[in-house]
Amino acid sequence: MKYMMFVCSDTEPDTDKENEPDVEVWVAENDARGRRLRGAVLAPESAATTVRVRQGELILSDGPFAETKEVIVGFDLLECADLDEAIEVARAHPMARAGRLELRPFADFEQ
Amino acid sequence: MTASLEAVAADACPRIVAALIRVTGDWTLAEDCAQEALALAVRRWPEEGMPANPGGWLMTVARNRAIDTLRRASVERRKLEELARLAPAGHDGPEAVGAEEVVDDRLRLIFTCCHPALPLEARVALTLRTICAVPAARIARAFLVTEPTMTRRLTRAKRKIADAGIPYRVPTGPALAERLPGVLAVLYLLFTQGYDADGEPAFAEEAIRLARLLRRLMPGQSEVSALLALFLLQHSRRDARQDAEGNLVPLDRQDRARWDRASISEGLEVLAGVEQDGPYGLQARIAACHVTAPSVSGTDWPTIARCYDDLARMHSTPVVELNRAVAHGYAHGPPAGLALLARSCSDGALDGHPLAIAAEADLTARGGDRDRAAALFRQAAAVARSEPERRALLDRADENARREPRR
Repeated sequence: MKYMMFVCSDTEPDTDKENEPDVEVWVAENDARGRRLRGAVLAPESAATTVRVRQGELILSDGPFAETKEVIVGFDLLECADLDEAIEVARAHPMARAGRLELRPFADFEQ
Repeated sequence: MTASLEAVAADACPRIVAALIRVTGDWTLAEDCAQEALALAVRRWPEEGMPANPGGWLMTVARNRAIDTLRRASVERRKLEELARLAPAGHDGPEAVGAEEVVDDRLRLIFTCCHPALPLEARVALTLRTICAVPAARIARAFLVTEPTMTRRLTRAKRKIADAGIPYRVPTGPALAERLPGVLAVLYLLFTQGYDADGEPAFAEEAIRLARLLRRLMPGQSEVSALLALFLLQHSRRDARQDAEGNLVPLDRQDRARWDRASISEGLEVLAGVEQDGPYGLQARIAACHVTAPSVSGTDWPTIARCYDDLARMHSTPVVELNRAVAHGYAHGPPAGLALLARSCSDGALDGHPLAIAAEADLTARGGDRDRAAALFRQAAAVARSEPERRALLDRADENARREPRR
């Protein structure tokens, strides 16, 4: 199954700084095992532009579409057997401690 | 349904549902087919007599219904063949579907229903619906929601299992140790939460049945046995906990002759097999001290106090701290209890809680200051969360005000 893993900041990061995982090691390991298809770090939200079309008119606004303290800072596209495997991959990511991760499966239209 | 059919259904239904979910991945289909098989049994068995292997009969009927339904929906051949191979359920032990298949389907089902990616309430409801075959209407009543709300909640949970890819599997290795406490917490919630209109715990019996099943399926897990022992020991007091008017009877006023001896001895036997004490093991040992004591004063309070010390170290909660203070009050005198109580109230969580005030009142009364105790009991009654609790606290206030000799 394909999961989009949104990497987000969090207002309450973990205070335990022992044995923090290295993101390079995480990427190398999951790429090698075919569990990470691709991923990227995004530019800060100050660089975001929101696009809408209403009644044929283009409406642009500065910034992300939702005003929240937790913002998406990156993503990884995962290919895992099931949610438990995706959770194992996610928990080893440094941002599981410094921020939070959201696992969203791709919609399956064949069901 | 006749009693014997009900007993067969209770055993066979979760097996059938679990097996059909494993093969088809379709929760609703599995439940519907099991229900249809039961309905057919209700019509046929009274006339034709119960078959020699009733569980197997039900499994065969349900399996054939599933094959028919899926064939109409033109599901791929492989799934149909696998369905056709589903062995009719025997009575005990894992169902061998292919030689390597040794994990009981019901165990898989329990772990899936209790998956931490589902909201806690949905885990409890799904466990009741799918494994205990409790009708959605009854679950709804116990959780104080309407039946359509409960049905929607169940449907949403089943959808999430499919959409999010929650596996139908018992975790192994370190993952098992991580997930098992969550499963036990759901069982514990089943045991304690949700009361029928008459104040009886609605699902205590189901929780006990599930704990028995889990213990049979995971014999090496000491906390599973400990949880079953805890349930049996607690449940032994169910008849003595309420008087005829529905008032709660505190432990020290309960008629010990009304405690269920069979439940106590089974609980003690199960507890004797527990080698390593986790949180449930300690709670079961505390319950064992209570149910084996001839009276409150004849209770082994030093052991109970020690168990609460260990429990507080392992898993400190306001309720544990409160009970720990009370136990120390009985084991080492009211001043020791009051000192602990003051310490655990200082962090705020217990401050002003009716149980905390009642505990202070009880310790104060036993310390001899009956006037202050009466005032404290009234103070606790003013913030009580239920009518029976309020009445019980007012009774205690009156007793202390009248200076009746204490029993």
